[in-house]
Amino acid sequence: MTQNNTQATKEQVLYADVLEKGMYAGLLLMVITFALYVMRIIPPIVPRSEISAYWSMPVHDYLVAINTNFLHWETLPTGWSWVKLLGYGDFLNFMPVAILSGITIVCYLVIAPGLFGRGDKAMGIMALAEAVILSLAASGLLSVGH
Amino acid sequence: MQGNIKEKAGMLFASLMCAIMLSPAWALASEVAEMAPVPAVGDADWWKWPLILLIVTFVMGIIAVLGGVGGGVLFVPIIGGFFPFHLDFVRGAGLLVALCGALAAGPGLLKANLASLRLAMPVALIASTMAIVGAMVGLALPTHIVQLALGGTILGIVAIMLTAKKSTVPDVPQADALSSALRITGVFYEPTTKEEINWKIHRTIPGLFTFIIIGFMAGMFGLGAGWANVPVLNLMMGAPLKISVATSKFLLSITDTSAAWIYLNKGCVIPMMVVPSLIGIMLGSFVGVRLLKVAKPTFIRWMVIAILLFAGLKAVQKGLSTMGISLF
Repeated sequence: MTQNNTQATKEQVLYADVLEKGMYAGLLLMVITFALYVMRIIPPIVPRSEISAYWSMPVHDYLVAINTNFLHWETLPTGWSWVKLLGYGDFLNFMPVAILSGITIVCYLVIAPGLFGRGDKAMGIMALAEAVILSLAASGLLSVGH
Repeated sequence: MQGNIKEKAGMLFASLMCAIMLSPAWALASEVAEMAPVPAVGDADWWKWPLILLIVTFVMGIIAVLGGVGGGVLFVPIIGGFFPFHLDFVRGAGLLVALCGALAAGPGLLKANLASLRLAMPVALIASTMAIVGAMVGLALPTHIVQLALGGTILGIVAIMLTAKKSTVPDVPQADALSSALRITGVFYEPTTKEEINWKIHRTIPGLFTFIIIGFMAGMFGLGAGWANVPVLNLMMGAPLKISVATSKFLLSITDTSAAWIYLNKGCVIPMMVVPSLIGIMLGSFVGVRLLKVAKPTFIRWMVIAILLFAGLKAVQKGLSTMGISLF
């Protein structure tokens, strides 16, 4: 039962393991999806040759422009609407970005039971609270813009 | 004497770099961003800007490692100031650059017990919540206001880099009540002295309050926040320098995650910008780590300070010029 003082706790190692797996999965997928996009193996919504016309615009104007020119949706493509566009090379790249941005939520959810299990209620509650806050940010419910 | 000459040479080189970056060619690129209408025809050389971005971020990755700063703090002011991308997308990409750097380093630092999960958790809860607020405010404000505030912040970072001290193992006579209750303490092995160092923290409540501001700024500007995390964890809260640096790096993986979601949901992610930037910074970081053995830290540090100084002034100038005020 003795643990060397200089060693990381069980929860810390568990968190690190999950984070590491998510990080490698996200980065690997990012290289693959970007290659599919750049090599035009999966064609994008916004042609590669036209993207430079859009990236100098404020984000709202950019969304209006790509919606008007390519998507023709009733609402602007914000929030999780990129999921509907995963069949296109450019929006396919949102998947690894979401994995990299989402893995921390999984890490917190994974360590919470262990923290509660050994009576570390304060840290357990903090882990759950952090997971809720990050999930709220990820949900797309919080939205403002100019 | 020799160090003084190196320092001066570093400053001279840094000034030269900045003069090049402030040249009319780069200015043209940034002004095109503000003024150009949407072209009706495509650009056959579409690969040009992503390739330039890849090269510049590669160099940036090297400099960031050698200068001891995060990639995000260099990325946003430089790419935002001298490239034709709108600041909304630059901030989104900057957050992802800082996030990926933190994700890559985090697992190793946690396993080595240099980054402390117990220290990071309460800090992250506050910083990530405020990063969400900062991201929302940053996206709601007019661009020139954000540009001005970014310039001011970058100049503030320069001041911190010039004046902040570091304490390898700060003297913490007694842990405060909150950190004792949360058992924020640890032990790490210091190979240089072959000692096991017990550490604890104090001033936890003022420290946590400071992270309200740090989190807000990280979200608003997409900068990452290692430049602020380390002095607060080390000098204010009394964590040893190694623990502060490692925990700060890991902390960015949580703070930047919350803000990154806001930018992602708002549509501020253009893969053609983000992916070359991430690849460039990460490859540059790998090379930077190898160069660390032979590089002159003082020279690089002066270079980073000078680059940030000019990038900060450029951001202020861009913000003011939108308001019809000419600085230069």
